[in-house]
Amino acid sequence: MKGLSTLSLVFIFLCYTSAAIFLAGFVRKVYEYAVTPSPLKIPTMPAPTTKGGVVLRMTGEVLFFTSLFKGNKWTWIGGYIFHIVFLLIVLRHLRYVLVPTPEVIYFIGPFGIHAGIILVVSAGYLFARRIFVDRTRYISSGADYFALILMALIAATGLAMQFLFMADVSAVKDFMVGLVTFSPVNIPDDHLFIVHLTLVMVLLVYLPFSKLMHAGGIFFSPTRVMVDDCNEKRHINPWDR
Amino acid sequence: MADIKTEQLTGKIKVPKINESAATEDRANRAREEQNVLLGFPPSKPDNWQEIALNKMGELLTKYKSLKLFLDVCVKCGACTDKCHYFLGTGDPNNMPVARQELMRKVYRKHFTTAGKLFPGLSRAEELTEDVMDEWWNYYHQCSQCRRCSVFCPFGIDTAEISMAAREIMNSVGMGQKYSNEVLGKVVTVGNNLGIEKPALQNSLEFLEDDVKEETGTDVKFPLDQKNAEVLLIAPSADFFSSPHIEGLIGYGKVFHEAGVSWTMSSYASEFANFGMFIGNYDLMKKVAIRIRDAAEELNVKRIVVGECGHAWRVAYSFWNTLIGPFDFLDPEHRSPAHICEFTLDLIQRDALKIDKSYNDDLVVTFHDSCNVARGSRMGNSPGGQFEIPRELIKSVCRNFVDMDEETIREVTYCCGAGGGLLTDELMDLRVKGAMPRAQALHEVMERNGVNTMAMICAICKAQFTKVLPEYGVDMSVVASVHQLVSNAIVLGGKKGV
Ligand code: SF4
Ligand code: SF4
Repeated sequence: MKGLSTLSLVFIFLCYTSAAIFLAGFVRKVYEYAVTPSPLKIPTMPAPTTKGGVVLRMTGEVLFFTSLFKGNKWTWIGGYIFHIVFLLIVLRHLRYVLVPTPEVIYFIGPFGIHAGIILVVSAGYLFARRIFVDRTRYISSGADYFALILMALIAATGLAMQFLFMADVSAVKDFMVGLVTFSPVNIPDDHLFIVHLTLVMVLLVYLPFSKLMHAGGIFFSPTRVMVDDCNEKRHINPWDR
Repeated sequence: MADIKTEQLTGKIKVPKINESAATEDRANRAREEQNVLLGFPPSKPDNWQEIALNKMGELLTKYKSLKLFLDVCVKCGACTDKCHYFLGTGDPNNMPVARQELMRKVYRKHFTTAGKLFPGLSRAEELTEDVMDEWWNYYHQCSQCRRCSVFCPFGIDTAEISMAAREIMNSVGMGQKYSNEVLGKVVTVGNNLGIEKPALQNSLEFLEDDVKEETGTDVKFPLDQKNAEVLLIAPSADFFSSPHIEGLIGYGKVFHEAGVSWTMSSYASEFANFGMFIGNYDLMKKVAIRIRDAAEELNVKRIVVGECGHAWRVAYSFWNTLIGPFDFLDPEHRSPAHICEFTLDLIQRDALKIDKSYNDDLVVTFHDSCNVARGSRMGNSPGGQFEIPRELIKSVCRNFVDMDEETIREVTYCCGAGGGLLTDELMDLRVKGAMPRAQALHEVMERNGVNTMAMICAICKAQFTKVLPEYGVDMSVVASVHQLVSNAIVLGGKKGV
C-alpha cells in the first residue's frame, strides 16, 4: 500500500466495493431464482421432451435469441448485434487482467475496435427505436434509457481512449493486473480512463438490481427450461407434497 | 350489443395505434360476498386490504419462480407489444402484455426491491393504492391467459402467470370475479360449472339417447355412473347442453359405441373445466381436479379419456400428475389422461371405425387451435402433436381441409377472446374486439377457399365464437366441434370395433 496516491486509494476502494456488490448481488439473485420453487409444469409448448432438448432450446435462446427473432426482426437485429459486440468487447478486455494473455484474446483484438463503434451505433439504434415506435415509447421508462446511455458512454469513453487520446495501455494494464492480483498500484493519470472506469463501476453496481439481471435470469425461466415430461415423470410441487 | 364497433373484415390483422384508456369501460363484475366466502375468500375488501394484499404478493413471490423471475427480467424490448389479441382489438396500451405486467411490476419495485425503494422515479415504482388496484381489476381481467405473448418473449415471460397471481391476490382481499367464482362455487358443491344436479343430467343424457336413436336407428348409449366401465369420460359440462358442443358429445358416444369400448361419465365429476387455474388458486384447482380422480377410483375404471376443452386439457395434461397423481390405480398402459382426439384417431388408424368422408363433403373445414391446447399441453408422443393430431383426425373424416394463415395457427394461434374466465356478458365488448384476429384469419379462408366450417376442441371457444362471430357478420353455423365432424362421418354398425 506504500506509495499509493489518495486518488488511487479511493479508486482502488471503489473498484473492490463495486466488484463485491456486483458479485454478491448477482449471486443472491441467481440463488433466489434457483431456490424459488416451480409448483407446476409450465413450459411454453411445444416444448422439448428431454433434458437434451431443453439444452438445445436454451442454446438457441442464448446464442441466437430465437424467441425474439420470432417476435420482432427489427428489435432482434439491433439487440443481437448489441449483445454480440458487447461480448467481444468484454472478452477483449481480458487482456488487461490476464497475464499472460491467451492467444485467442489477441485474435479478438482487431474486432474489438470495430465492436466499440458498433456498440455505440447499435445502442443508438435501440434508443431511437424506443422513441419512435409508439408502443415501445409507451413502455419505456428512465431505467430503459439509462441502461442504453450508460452502455453507450462506456463504449464512447473506451473508444476515445483508444483513438483520440491514446491512453497509456501498459499503465492501465498494470493498474488492472494490480487489482486482480490484490497488489494494487497507482491509477494511471488519465482522466478519460478514470471516467471510463467509473462508468463501468456504475454498471457493475446497477446490474444486479435492475432488468440487466436478465443476463442471469434467462437460464432459470420456467417456460423455457422445463421439460415436457408431465406424464412420464411426476413433477412434485415442493410446497404440496 | 348493437353498439360494439367491430373492425371491417379484410383478412388482414392490423396493429393499431395506441389509444389510451380505450378499454377502461370493459370491467368484469365483482363476485357477491357469499360467492367469495364459499371459496374460502374474505367476503369483501377489509380495511387493512393493502397489508393483506402485499403479504399475499410476498408469499407468491416465494412460491412461484415464474412470478419472481418474470417481474425481474423484462427488458422492455417490446417484442410482445403487438402480440395480444386484446391489444390488437382495442388499442388500449395496458393490453400490451408488457404493460399489463407493469401494473404489478411497479408495485413489486416499490415494495419488494432495493432499487425501487431507493429510486422510485427511475423505474416507475408505485404504492399499491386503490387506483392501482382498480387498474389491476380492469386489466388482469382483460387477459385470457392464452400465453401467446410468452412465445415471442426472449425470456419466455408468460403474462398469464402474472394475471393468475394478480387474481389470487385480489381474491385474498375479497375482490373475486363474479363469473369465475360463481362457476367455481357450483363445481365444488354440485360437481359441474353449470350446477346441473344428477337427475337433470340423467334426463338430458336420456333425451340424447332418444335423439340419436331417432336420427340413426342405433342405440348409442350415454352411460352415467356405470361402475367397472373401461373408460371414464370427463367432458366439459357445456357438452351436455350447448350447441355445437353437444354434437361433439354425440360424436364421443358414437366412437365408444362403434369401438365397443365400455365407458361412463360421472355425476360426481361432471365437469372437465377447471377455473381454479384462471384465478391462480392452487388449492381450488386441486379441489376441482381431485373430484375426477375420486370418481375414477370409485367407478373402478381402467383409464380416463377427456372431452373437448382447452384449458382443462392443459390442467389434465400438464398439472394433473402433480396435483392429483400418481394414477397408479389405473391400467399401467393408460395412466396419463387421453384426449378424445388421440383416442379417436388411434381407433381410426387401427381401422376400428368405419368412416365415410362423403358425409362431410358439403363442408370446407378449417381448424382453430385453442390457446391452452397449443401452448399449454401436448397430444401424442412428440412435441406439436397437439397441432397434428386434431388436424389428422379432421382429415380422416372429411375431404376438404384448409389451414388459416400460419401466423394465426398452431404455436402462435390467437385466443378466441374469451378464455381465462372472460366468457361473461359484461365483457362482451372486449370479447368481440379480442376475437378480431381470428375473425380476420377466418374471413380470409372463407373468401379464398370457401371455408364454411371452423372446427375446434374447446368449450369456451365454441361458446365465444357462436356469440361473437355474428357481430362480424359471420354466421354462427361455421362453428363446429371436431367430434361433430367425426359424428357426421362415422358409419354406425360398420365395424366390429377394437
Ligand atoms: S417480450 Fe418479454 S422482455 Fe420484451 S417487453 Fe415483452 S415481456 Fe418484456
Ligand atoms: S396471455 Fe394472452 S391475453 Fe394475456 S397478455 Fe398474453 S397474449 Fe394477452
